[in-house]
Amino acid sequence: MDFRSPLAKVRGLGSAKSGTTHWWMQRVSAVALIILSFWLITFLHLSINAPYQQTVAWLASPLNTVCMVAWVLAVFYHAALGLQVVIEDYIAAEGIKIVAVWAVNLSFLLLALTALIAVFRTLLIG
Amino acid sequence: MAEFTLPKNSVLTEGKTFKAPEGAKNIRRFEVYRWDPDSGENPRIDNYELDMDHCGPMVLDAILKIKNEIDSTLTFRRSCREGVCGSCSMNINGKNTLACTKAIDSYPGAIKIFPLPHMQVVKDLVPDMTHFYAQYASIKPWIETQTPAPADSERLQSKEDRAKLDGLYECVMCACCSTSCPSYWWNSERYLGPAVLLQAYRWLADSRDENTGERLDELEDPFKLYRCHTIMNCTDTCPKGLNPALAIAETKKLMVQRKLG
Repeated sequence: MDFRSPLAKVRGLGSAKSGTTHWWMQRVSAVALIILSFWLITFLHLSINAPYQQTVAWLASPLNTVCMVAWVLAVFYHAALGLQVVIEDYIAAEGIKIVAVWAVNLSFLLLALTALIAVFRTLLIG
Repeated sequence: MAEFTLPKNSVLTEGKTFKAPEGAKNIRRFEVYRWDPDSGENPRIDNYELDMDHCGPMVLDAILKIKNEIDSTLTFRRSCREGVCGSCSMNINGKNTLACTKAIDSYPGAIKIFPLPHMQVVKDLVPDMTHFYAQYASIKPWIETQTPAPADSERLQSKEDRAKLDGLYECVMCACCSTSCPSYWWNSERYLGPAVLLQAYRWLADSRDENTGERLDELEDPFKLYRCHTIMNCTDTCPKGLNPALAIAETKKLMVQRKLG
């Protein structure tokens, strides 16, 4: 039997006093992705019809490099933030929830690193 | 995990049908959720055919007619019959609303009546509101001040500041919005839900309250507040025409404002 009062159950461990940054950064990265994705679509559209060396040359221009790196960072950051919320929504079991959030964050960190290294290898090695 | 299917003992069965009296010309059919905790049986749908020539215009009138004239075992909450007490909230034809302010004629065909979704049922159309009311109590829905009240007058508020409470104070805590919210279905242990968050904002918006910072501290939590994903079922279903989603958005704006402002 659980003899805790309804109010004790509701108040539980109290407020985490966080969550605003998570929520706000999800919005900030979403807005960044609107702009950056327009750039990415244009870039991919051009490069799909251009020879490989031309694509590398375009990517090497400072503005394009910055946009590509920014898109990679924004997209994986946004995905990690969003998927964490989905996991918290649907997985109630505390242990599985924590492991799943870890797995998501580490996976996207790894994917972001991989994408960044790919960009710089392409630029350096061609 | 979130549950997407009903447990075995919650699966609905077909119940009894109560035919309209001989000679009734204007018949409407009401399909009502019934569950008796003492019977040990699964919940069932009982069908009541009513003679609408001898029934009031609202869904609550039909339910009262059933209770008074056909089947006195039907259990439900009701009090004011004019949309200010919030007792007769239930799910009518798939949407949460107050039975007393919803006209029967606003629906075509048979009318399906269920208790508020995703709540523990006490009996028939009566859900257990204990947790919901405890959540309401947890946001301290009363004025909190450090300044003592003026000795010879009330605490003053400008007309403009009073107007900020419009659309908030009218809430009757019927729980139609909270129980229509998927986030509340999945995480009601920790998520406060639209009704309670609207009430929390009612005190954040009150110019006379001096505890805004502490109130925001209490709300700032990934679950208590940030389970709201702007699904908008709350605003869509509110029988009083209020906008809990807006109140939650305003609360989030205050959170960002005090971080970045």
